[in-house]
Amino acid sequence: MATTPNGFDLDTSGQRIVVDPVTRIEGHMRCEVNVDESGIIRNAVSTGTMWRGLEVILKGRDPRDAWAFTERICGVCTGTHALTSVRAVEDALGISIPDNANSIRNIMQLNLQVHDHIVHFYHLHALDWVNPVNALRADPKATSELQQAVSPNHPLSSPGYFRDVQNRLKKFVESGQLGLFKNGYWDNPAYLLPPEADLMATTHYLEALDLQKEVVKIHTIFGGKNPHPNWLVGGVPCPINVHSTGAVGAINMERLNMVSSIVDQCIAFVNNVYIPDVVAIGGFYRNWLYGGGLSGQAVLAYGDIPEHPNDFSAGQLHLPRGAIVNGNLNEVHDVDVRDPEQIQEFVDHSWYTYGEPGKGLHPWDGVTEPKYELGPNAKGTKTNIEALDEAAKYSWIKAPRWKGHAMEVGPLARYIVGYAKGHEDIKNQVNGLLRTMNLPVSALFSTLGRTAARALEAEYCARLQKHFFDKLVTNIRNGDESTANVEKWDPKTWPKEAMGVGMTEAPRGALGHWIKIKDGRIENYQCVVPTTWNGSPRDTAGNIGAFEASLMNTKMERPEEPVEILRTLHSFDPCLACSTHVMAPDGQELSTVKVR
Amino acid sequence: MAYVPPRRVLILGIGNVLWADEGFGPRCIETLAARYAFPDHVKLLDGGTQGLYLLPFLEDADDLLIFDAVDYGLEPGTVKTLRDDDVPAFLGAKKMSLHQTGFQDVLATADLKGCRPERITLIGCQPAELEDYGGGLRPVVSERIGTVIDLAIAELAAWGVDAQAGQSNGADLADPSIRRDAYEAGRPSARTACRIGDDRFFPGAD
Repeated sequence: MATTPNGFDLDTSGQRIVVDPVTRIEGHMRCEVNVDESGIIRNAVSTGTMWRGLEVILKGRDPRDAWAFTERICGVCTGTHALTSVRAVEDALGISIPDNANSIRNIMQLNLQVHDHIVHFYHLHALDWVNPVNALRADPKATSELQQAVSPNHPLSSPGYFRDVQNRLKKFVESGQLGLFKNGYWDNPAYLLPPEADLMATTHYLEALDLQKEVVKIHTIFGGKNPHPNWLVGGVPCPINVHSTGAVGAINMERLNMVSSIVDQCIAFVNNVYIPDVVAIGGFYRNWLYGGGLSGQAVLAYGDIPEHPNDFSAGQLHLPRGAIVNGNLNEVHDVDVRDPEQIQEFVDHSWYTYGEPGKGLHPWDGVTEPKYELGPNAKGTKTNIEALDEAAKYSWIKAPRWKGHAMEVGPLARYIVGYAKGHEDIKNQVNGLLRTMNLPVSALFSTLGRTAARALEAEYCARLQKHFFDKLVTNIRNGDESTANVEKWDPKTWPKEAMGVGMTEAPRGALGHWIKIKDGRIENYQCVVPTTWNGSPRDTAGNIGAFEASLMNTKMERPEEPVEILRTLHSFDPCLACSTHVMAPDGQELSTVKVR
Repeated sequence: MAYVPPRRVLILGIGNVLWADEGFGPRCIETLAARYAFPDHVKLLDGGTQGLYLLPFLEDADDLLIFDAVDYGLEPGTVKTLRDDDVPAFLGAKKMSLHQTGFQDVLATADLKGCRPERITLIGCQPAELEDYGGGLRPVVSERIGTVIDLAIAELAAWGVDAQAGQSNGADLADPSIRRDAYEAGRPSARTACRIGDDRFFPGAD
């Protein structure tokens, strides 16, 4: 047994369970845990199994194009990566963007936040709590009563409505292929909802998909197309023309009205469906408060949604910035992403090399040089790993640290920072929810807390869209139709060398792009993405990362069915189909099950 | 006689252009758009790896034609067409892809919602290389694009779609900076850009 500097007792003596890849996350990830004889997780190892060197493929390219590449990194956060990229280039070249561009970018970013949170909850995370097969046994009338009790304002609540959905579901399941719901652990005792709650939540999954159809139109309106909306260094690529029909694609009153209507639909859905579902489902799991991990001791947020263009000072951001370490919520540290001593990436346990051990590099000086080797205690071969050796290199993810601390990022981190700083909206939301659920503040530091924070943030962000929409419309009424500053578009106007950083709060957490430009071309580009923080492996000092910490001490009902592992990992919103291998201590495979 | 609106057709390329032959689908869309013009009821879409976010486009389609790199377990460059109920199984066949399972889920979700396109055709090409991050199409795959476009035009003709020689509106296509020519020509050298991937997906790496 060993205690990590960040306070976790690791014991590797028990049965090793390997989940690879972890399903319903975006990208490739593997997780290994050791469980003791009572099924409690005593050691956790999280590893990124995919090489992702965006950094090196951008070398020598035009910095004004970097957003288009970063938009393709991932299937979910396209817009956020693009926004972070244009901010990095603008920062490097000293380009200021117009007020309208700030409002439009904020609306797009907030919209993505709301959209992503809803899709995450209903599509990727709900099946960790909700049992759609059990929904077939629900009484539609009782479901209708439950719906009206948890959300009196939601119009879709009749017994007939739920009966229809149940019949559709039945037909789908009886068609022989369970489709989306196949390979779940539907008889696992970790599922605690009554059939009516399962039917209600499954119905809302379908309603969420209907909403999505409307929500994405915002990206077409402001970004010209969807998916993969257009972005622009210096502003946004959509001209405003409210006085005439204008050029094709220009923003006119009709389009603005459509945006306003979509914003209203988001607000209604979050208030009438998403939040009531989280409260109702959370109520049945109120005693399942595992998964806190680092959230109670070390959280980080860069902040986002600047009220004014080009002003990223902490006081001007609607999503808060700050760092909390050592569990001291009374002190929120400011975060300077330029300070070489604050954010550093370590690779002692990652499949990269800096040439010397123990070294940490700030992203501006970041190096992405792969070095794939397994430790002496790994089992299997390089092409077929049975068990990793976490004492050596074991992940394609680097280990970023803030002043040496492993940090959790994401909605819960933002909400803890906001709460600790006395952010009025966040405080009111959190206190309200805890009151409704009759839970203490300490309940926040859990898997459920992470899931709840995401729902509250969706509500807050949905409302904030309205603020920036109103700001945009007022500005246009006052005659300001400017959406881009192209003064420094021409590379001839740039300095010979420049460096910059772009920050955002992606749905999954703090996202930064660091760029160096030389002779008009990209010299170095480093992304530190939210899952680098959360999914980080151990560092030189032995601190475990946020995913690893969150799994510690969780009780598994059935070690061969990793419902609890998936539930907690999914609460971070990392997305896939996979097989799970359950290993005996000697590395022999006990059973293989499909996970979806 | 009552007016019958034309069937809405979605031509969709899926895959990640950053992973060598994984970009086959989007590159087919790019080529199709450069060579043909279509009537208004036909939409060309570079779907990237957007997964569930593509569902709204499926809901608006009666017929769906998909281009994708597919692991048929055949020789690299082999082109194969699948239709309707045979499609989903192949979309889930590849263990390496970022989006395959995602899109299989999208079709299942469309099924559950009762809005799955009536006709689905997948024209796939067996990839040669998926693990070269930042790389372009391998010759054995890229030289099949012409054949695939011909197959697509024939399939569309069977669906009653009249494609004319010309060009399609580029609004929904990839930004010019990552279209194939610019993307492949602008690649950093092998010395500066690592060309290897995860050994586990690399047969023969050990």
